[in-house]
Amino acid sequence: MSTARIADTDGTTDPMVPRLARIARRRRDGPQVWTLEIEAEDSAGAAFAPGQFNMLTAFGVGEVPISLSGDPAEPDRLVHTIRAVGPVSTALARLGPGETVGLRGPFGVGWPMAELAGHDVLIVAGGLGLAPLRPVLYRLLAERARYGKVVLLYGTRSPQEILFRREIESWRRRLDIDIEVTVDHALGDWHGHVGVVTTLIPRASFDPAHTVALVCGPEVMMRFAVAALRDAGLPDTALFLSMERNMKCAVGLCGHCQIGPVFACRDGPVFRFDRLRNVLAVKEI
Amino acid sequence: MEIEGLERILREHSFFAGLGDAFLALVSGCARNVRFEAGHYLFHEGEPANEFYLLRHGRVALELHAPGRGPITFQTLGEGEIVGVSWLIPPYRWAYDARALTLVRAIGVDAACLRQKCEADHDLGYEMMKRVTSVLIQRLQTTRLQILDVYGTHS
Repeated sequence: MSTARIADTDGTTDPMVPRLARIARRRRDGPQVWTLEIEAEDSAGAAFAPGQFNMLTAFGVGEVPISLSGDPAEPDRLVHTIRAVGPVSTALARLGPGETVGLRGPFGVGWPMAELAGHDVLIVAGGLGLAPLRPVLYRLLAERARYGKVVLLYGTRSPQEILFRREIESWRRRLDIDIEVTVDHALGDWHGHVGVVTTLIPRASFDPAHTVALVCGPEVMMRFAVAALRDAGLPDTALFLSMERNMKCAVGLCGHCQIGPVFACRDGPVFRFDRLRNVLAVKEI
Repeated sequence: MEIEGLERILREHSFFAGLGDAFLALVSGCARNVRFEAGHYLFHEGEPANEFYLLRHGRVALELHAPGRGPITFQTLGEGEIVGVSWLIPPYRWAYDARALTLVRAIGVDAACLRQKCEADHDLGYEMMKRVTSVLIQRLQTTRLQILDVYGTHS
């Protein structure tokens, strides 16, 4: 398991107090989806591990957890991909270059990068779930020789909603990564796969005995993806999920993001599946 | 192609994985090699389910036509998969269009021929029913996920 941990409690800063940051760049990445690159006003970068998240404040509106979606090798560029669905995310997505946001983080336990070395890596992403996995892909591709086969299976709603399309096309041109993209529905002008992302799993080429799978997307999609991965022969100890919950304090104090015995903000958001196996089936959690 | 060659291909196809030699011989008696160019239809909605296909190469889109929207693809299939499951269940009629997206090479199985053999030998019929039901369940589950629209803004 990754040892990436809360990186903010050094005794001199209060993790509950936001730093000020400015929007440096804003790019539309799909219907209602925007990618914001922000820079902290104190110029201090924030090294982060793939899979960690920041708390972003739209002043006067509220604060939300947003995964880091940029390159961990460039910690000065804090990149977040946001879907405008609620009041806070909508307010954040409307901010333009030069405008100010509040920034706390990075928080949480990220993807198990150390465990991936020497293994095949199977990434299963659904919808906006590709955003927290993009830092993993940057790292894997930057250190390509350290890993076995790398496979990305990505599913989304429609061809118009494919996230990071240009980057996916660029990665596809490499000869050292297998990428399959599928959409749930398509009209006649789409020539790729159609069907849910789980249908790509039996078709993918990987050795289940030497593969670690990283899964991120809506919880229903992850449940079915896990079932397909187990059917393919992966043990529960080789499955990692990133859980989306209602993080508030982000440091394991308030309990809003509790999943049974664990807090998503402090113990996750990335969990090895065997830690969640018994609680995922509980509808009340 | 000789029957022996078809039997080998059928044995290696995932739909017939684990099927005994005697049954494979019965199935191969109803089978033939087929090829569809990109853009050609394997079958159309409403037609009798006379022949189903075990894909060996290429990709096929399953489509429904909606007025004013044209063809809507709800699933694509590839190598190792089966196109058409309505052949075993009355009224033996296709419920969608199947269009080759690329050059398709497949084994076509004469459905009426195989149904007769299933009626004559219920052990073979049960084997076919288990395999078709497994495909139907998988497709039902994926359809449920599509209906849930898990990537919608409510998720």
